[in-house]
Amino acid sequence: MSERILTVDNLRVDLPVPAGTLHAVQGVSFHVDRGETVCIVGESGCGKTLTALAVMDLLPARARRTAQRLELAGRDMLSIGERAMADIRGARAAMIFQEPMTSLNPAYTIGNQLEEALLRHSRVSRRQARARAVYLLERVGITAAASRFKQYPHQLSGGLRQRVMIAMALMCGPSLILADEPTTALDVTIQAQILHLLAELQREFATGLVLITHDLGVVARIATRVVVMYAGEVVETGTAAAIFSRPAHPYTRGLIACIPVPGRTRRGAALGTIPGMVPSLVGKSIGCHFASRCDYAIDACRSADVTLEAARDAGHLVRCIRHAELPALAPTRVAEAAP
Amino acid sequence: MLAFTVKRLGVALLVALTVSLITFSMIYVSGDPAIAIAGEGARASDIEAIRKFYGFDRPIIVQYVDWLAGALRGDFGRSFTLRQPVADIIFARLPVTILLGAAAIGFALVLAIPLGVLAAVRPNSMLDRFALTVAVVGQAMPTFWFALTLILWLGVTWRLLPITGSDTWQHFVMPAIALGYFVTPAVMRLTRAGVLEVLASDYIRTARAKGLRPPTVLFKHALRNAIIPVVSLAAVQFGFMLGGSIVIETIFQINGLGYLAWESIQRKDLPTMQAIVLVLAVIYVLLTLLADLLNAFLDPRLRAA
Repeated sequence: MSERILTVDNLRVDLPVPAGTLHAVQGVSFHVDRGETVCIVGESGCGKTLTALAVMDLLPARARRTAQRLELAGRDMLSIGERAMADIRGARAAMIFQEPMTSLNPAYTIGNQLEEALLRHSRVSRRQARARAVYLLERVGITAAASRFKQYPHQLSGGLRQRVMIAMALMCGPSLILADEPTTALDVTIQAQILHLLAELQREFATGLVLITHDLGVVARIATRVVVMYAGEVVETGTAAAIFSRPAHPYTRGLIACIPVPGRTRRGAALGTIPGMVPSLVGKSIGCHFASRCDYAIDACRSADVTLEAARDAGHLVRCIRHAELPALAPTRVAEAAP
Repeated sequence: MLAFTVKRLGVALLVALTVSLITFSMIYVSGDPAIAIAGEGARASDIEAIRKFYGFDRPIIVQYVDWLAGALRGDFGRSFTLRQPVADIIFARLPVTILLGAAAIGFALVLAIPLGVLAAVRPNSMLDRFALTVAVVGQAMPTFWFALTLILWLGVTWRLLPITGSDTWQHFVMPAIALGYFVTPAVMRLTRAGVLEVLASDYIRTARAKGLRPPTVLFKHALRNAIIPVVSLAAVQFGFMLGGSIVIETIFQINGLGYLAWESIQRKDLPTMQAIVLVLAVIYVLLTLLADLLNAFLDPRLRAA
């Protein structure tokens, strides 16, 4: 068995809001092995980003994090203090954010901001740190890296800034990289380049990669395993092959049906949608979170909480009491081109 | 950076020139200076003689160019009432006012910036409440009343500091506190708001994600960006203190520029008034220029402007 880099077991994140407590992440579990790319997919607000921030211990101050287990490279991250956690951040686990335009400090050169991560965590000279930074800038595809090094963030485009963020994440050779929708804010043409780069570097540096996205097309191409989240819960998880060939949860099936396929999706046809709204996560709720939007929901779905059960493939888990009978039922209305 | 400096310097010069023109003409708008100098009940021939003597009979534009050319050489003419060169009077008083203003703004910054930062780091804590109290009291309390209270406690009751005059540094302590406390609330609230906003920004999250220690995050990454509006405010307030310290200078009997301005207005001493306004305007422009340059140093995005 390959080396386990990240173990997240029963992670919960609660946020106090005026109306009560928002249960943003409700018992999420997953793991990442060395060299794996684990994709977390789901709609906005399903708790993907908070899950990643919780792993890095970068949640907003008012958020409360609890978990059964949270281990990075065999180290328990629940019991260590803020100082020890700061030693891990950037060194063992690095994070790439969604907003490259605002994620770099406007007051310092990108070189300064690259160097400081390495200078903080290892006993290297400024010259060595600079050499590493320039090398990584080249590796992430930035031409004239030595002169870019002296530039300020506002002199770089969004795509270049995200490349800088990726180089920054790699500065200390982390075991784990968390990338939170790294391409959402970029032009479509740049998106593919950045994802390709991430996948390539992940292979080359043999890190574990957690990629948070809502782009299932991306997931299909680079994921080893997939974690599908809905309304704060994992609703389905398994290998990418299993998820795409035999999606077991109605929500996952809906998401996959929403991907336009060149040649198969009729030109001009309305893109697929999943009708309805995500339920409020404030306060206690009972039953399947997806029930209100699910075409297969029955009374039993709403009366009791649904647990993750094993589906057909090994390691394939699904949170649906009807998953076994689903394939025999009529196709969801999502698959049709909705009006 | 050099192009930026040259550009700003040019703008500053233009502003100073405009101010000088406005200053010069405004004094003529306020009435015929010859009549004012001659005093009530003067004969028409006396007024005419005065007008000729001071050159008020020439076209205004000629008078202005003449005055400006003198001012550029440091010659502001002779005071109507004090019978000595205006430049001598002003440059005797200016150091006192600058010292008082610098001490006051120094006191304000030293008190306000740390308080503002601490309040932002621990929002809604006891310390934040305390800082808010300081701000509200400072904003609400009239400067002259605060100055009198200081005199009563520090000067009369405890006899810690001299009350009037400007001979030693101790003489400047109370006036500087009284004058500086007035701007403390604005500086503190702006610092607090700036730090709060910056701490919530994405690049601070990036800095924390790199594992940087909290002091590095606060002082290297947050404060440099948060302090930029404070620099501009401090420059404007410093300029304001130089011109607006009349009350404080009067209470503590400090022979500064503010007191001189008040005196010359009362005596209708035109050359002195003009010179004071021009000197203060030039200082103001220089301070603004300094703030712009400092901010451009702090934030590279401003250098392009």
